[in-house]
Amino acid sequence: MIEKLNIAALLPELILLVMAMVIAMIDLFDTSVRRHNTYVLTLMTLGLVAVLQAFDASEGATIYSFGNMVVSDPMGNWLKCFSTLSVMVTLVYGRPYAAERDMLRMGGELFTLGLFALVGMYVMISGNNFLVLYLGVELLALASYALVALRRDNATASEAAMKYFVLGALGSGFLLYGMSLLYGATGSLDISTVFKSVTSGHINHQVLVLGLVFVVCGLGFKFGVVPFHMWVPDVYQGAPTVVTLLIGGAHKLAAFAMTMRLLVEGLLPLAIDWQQMLMVLSVASLLIGNLAGIAQTNIKRMIAFSTISQMGFVLIGLYSGVVNGNTAAAANAYSSAMFYVVTYVLTTLAVFGIVMLLAREGFESEEIADFAGLNQRSPLYAGVMALCMFSLAGIPPMVGFAGKLSVLQALVSSGQTGAVALAVYAVMMSLLAAFYYLRVVKVMYFDAPITASTVTAGADVRIVLLINSGLLLVLGLLPGGLMTLCARAIVSTLGT
Amino acid sequence: MGLLSLAIWTPIAFGIVLLAFGRDEHANVVRWIALIGALFGLAVTIPIYHNFEIGTSALQMVESGLWMARFNIFYRLGVDGLSLWFVVLTAFITVVVIIAGWEVITERVNQYMGAFLILSGLMIGVFCAVDGMLFYVFFEATLIPMYLIIGIWGGPNKIYAAFKFFLYTLLGSLLMLVALIYLYTQSGGSFDLVAWYKLPLSMGAQTLLFFAFFAAFAVKVPMWPVHTWLPDVHVEAPTGGSAVLAAIMLKLGAYGFLRFSMPIAPDAAHEYAYVMIALSLIAVVYVGLVAMVQEDMKKLVAYSSVAHMGFVTLGFFIFNDLGVSGALVQMIAHGFVSGAMFLCIGVLYDRVHSREIASYGGVVNTMPKFAAFAMFFAMANCGLPGTAGFVGEWMVILGAVQYQFVIGAIAASALIFGAAYTLWMVKRVYLGPVTNDDVKTLTDINTREFFMLALLAIAVLAMGIYPKPFTDVMDASVTDLLKHVAISKLPQ
Repeated sequence: MIEKLNIAALLPELILLVMAMVIAMIDLFDTSVRRHNTYVLTLMTLGLVAVLQAFDASEGATIYSFGNMVVSDPMGNWLKCFSTLSVMVTLVYGRPYAAERDMLRMGGELFTLGLFALVGMYVMISGNNFLVLYLGVELLALASYALVALRRDNATASEAAMKYFVLGALGSGFLLYGMSLLYGATGSLDISTVFKSVTSGHINHQVLVLGLVFVVCGLGFKFGVVPFHMWVPDVYQGAPTVVTLLIGGAHKLAAFAMTMRLLVEGLLPLAIDWQQMLMVLSVASLLIGNLAGIAQTNIKRMIAFSTISQMGFVLIGLYSGVVNGNTAAAANAYSSAMFYVVTYVLTTLAVFGIVMLLAREGFESEEIADFAGLNQRSPLYAGVMALCMFSLAGIPPMVGFAGKLSVLQALVSSGQTGAVALAVYAVMMSLLAAFYYLRVVKVMYFDAPITASTVTAGADVRIVLLINSGLLLVLGLLPGGLMTLCARAIVSTLGT
Repeated sequence: MGLLSLAIWTPIAFGIVLLAFGRDEHANVVRWIALIGALFGLAVTIPIYHNFEIGTSALQMVESGLWMARFNIFYRLGVDGLSLWFVVLTAFITVVVIIAGWEVITERVNQYMGAFLILSGLMIGVFCAVDGMLFYVFFEATLIPMYLIIGIWGGPNKIYAAFKFFLYTLLGSLLMLVALIYLYTQSGGSFDLVAWYKLPLSMGAQTLLFFAFFAAFAVKVPMWPVHTWLPDVHVEAPTGGSAVLAAIMLKLGAYGFLRFSMPIAPDAAHEYAYVMIALSLIAVVYVGLVAMVQEDMKKLVAYSSVAHMGFVTLGFFIFNDLGVSGALVQMIAHGFVSGAMFLCIGVLYDRVHSREIASYGGVVNTMPKFAAFAMFFAMANCGLPGTAGFVGEWMVILGAVQYQFVIGAIAASALIFGAAYTLWMVKRVYLGPVTNDDVKTLTDINTREFFMLALLAIAVLAMGIYPKPFTDVMDASVTDLLKHVAISKLPQ
């Protein structure tokens, strides 16, 4: 169903955009230190939009609108729903943290920029046109650069913002250059048209592959996989933790969606080429991410390297889709990757939730050693953090295991040459990873506490954190629902 | 909910309740609830044993429900002759371990008791699972409580031990994960063990699978030369942790050989039987000798465990009735005996805080009741007729002689080494005159310790005198397993 101007398909985006501006205005009149009105209004907006997205997603319709520029399909809607929830949870965890660091006194930019970043993600997720996708990338990136630099008096934050900006601009440049080459070769910016022309086989293969290389590089920057990972540890460490969580959480969902739009929907006939590239990226990410992760003493840097290796697993899922031009395994592979990335974001949220909970005024709680003896101070939060670490390490029955299982299953059953060897390599790398995840558990449970102060949290943080960590276990024990959801979403996207 | 589910989830539910609501202020309530939970867990196994039908190799009390629809993973449970006794053993040892930790653990009692209860449920799950992935989930999940038990309540070098335990065993099981996924794709999308048993596989695939499973199970058993984690871990683990590790966790590995390696890759199992036999004999003889020179009692018993488990793997890979049933009997007997040995060391350690043999001498003079128990378990450990230790070893040696005389002869030599290191330790620790002030001031075991050791002593004695209930249960399943393993699965 193609309509020229279908507002309904973009209703949540429009609501979000309007509300972002309204909230920016209202914030001017909010004089409370913790930006109470802005906060509540932001959460209400996000809640409403998430519900609308979930509603659209369960309708299951694929609607192209605005002259084929954007698409609203179940995969996009679910990813938008999850990234909305992720931003929402981020803001809930992050408000006390931000308030203590004087980030809310001058204005509620954390909330408004967060909303604009989310609009950027929405555009990235639903774009069906190279330029629209690029606009989304830039909107998200600009909001994120500003967010990283939100504590302008803080030297590390400013340094991180600078690095993020320079390398992010480079990444966007790669992406744009790749898109322009593809445009030159196919004569269209529209992803569906590009797909048709590539399928026709009349296009010069070398030009396409040249463009493809640049597109993959750009996507690599957005995912933060090796060798495009240089910004990840510095930005994770330097940014205020709440912003780190935004970058480490919802961003990954948007990057995944854009990869699906560009590589799968646009360039599936070139799968044999981009799959090779993704495999190299994933092998390198698993190695570098996990080896460097072992050496870290700062928890945010450690999670940064862990993210790099976890994204390696997502790429394995994307790598397994097409075998010898046969796309029979595609739905299985891509839905595994989607499941992996969604559950990864869920785990990351809880991890940084705890990190921010332990951070107090004048004390960042960034060193792994700061977690010492957490079990004696607060068994509950230590338990939540342990759950996250075991989940990231992929130990059953946590949800991380279900993710690893589905990705490895997709890889092995794709039957590509060397698939089993790659699977063995991936699990051996997760053995390396287990070491540094276990170290966090060790510090919390086996070491003596350095401070006796108890950990306190507001009711909103506590409830969200409990639901979040509960989901890690529940989804690990009963992953069926989310797996089916991902599979359906991917099938409907591939079917069009 | 079937009986097997009840056996798995009862202790886990109690454990979760303790973790959530237990406080050190009312530690006694926590202890009693833990004991009630463990007893409930044991009580559930009685009807399981009672309802078990002897004389058939079929899986019994089967429960089946779809778990992860997308991968065709089922929550599929069942017991047969191979697994029945381990379910009972696990529940029994849990009760003993809860009693053993009663007074010793004073900090974070709820976490200690909760961890053991959850661990118990997970291990029963391993023995009951007949779906590959369900097995794997239980198998891996056991690492978490054990890691915490070693790391929180362990000795001075506990962190090293906890990491070594976790990473060493994880290394093996991750390879098994790939093997399971491979089997899943080969069997056309099924994790059903019974379907895997029927699946024809080429020799190359069987070899790779066999060694992937070998990586997981040999580390867990542990077989020489991947046994090095066990002494380190035993030395540092708290008494209860050591007891559970030796009594049950090692059996998870041996059980895996029977459930996975042999029936799924029978041709490879035959092909590489000589490797397994050689490694087992090295464990029996060489590790037995290593045990003799240990200064540390826990290390000594740990090495003795490796040697005894060598008998088990030897019994499996000689592929005859006597060997396999002997190995199974040996596993159960070793569960009782090694658990008891570690608890005895724990009794001494609680009083003197030393595991060194040299710190003791003449304990019998001040702790006569305890020394009698310790002596009895030591005898069982070296395989004295009339105790549980004898039956299994004797059956395996007979089986080995049937298979090849030389192997039987080498295996039999272990009885001598076993007697040597155990009795020498007994002599140095318990007998002779009192050597130092620590020993002089020892007080004999109290009612709780007496009760705990008596429970185990009765089990060891009963099994030694009348092993028929054990062998009867196994017979049909072992015969059927051997029949299955004898048939080649190579594609025609």
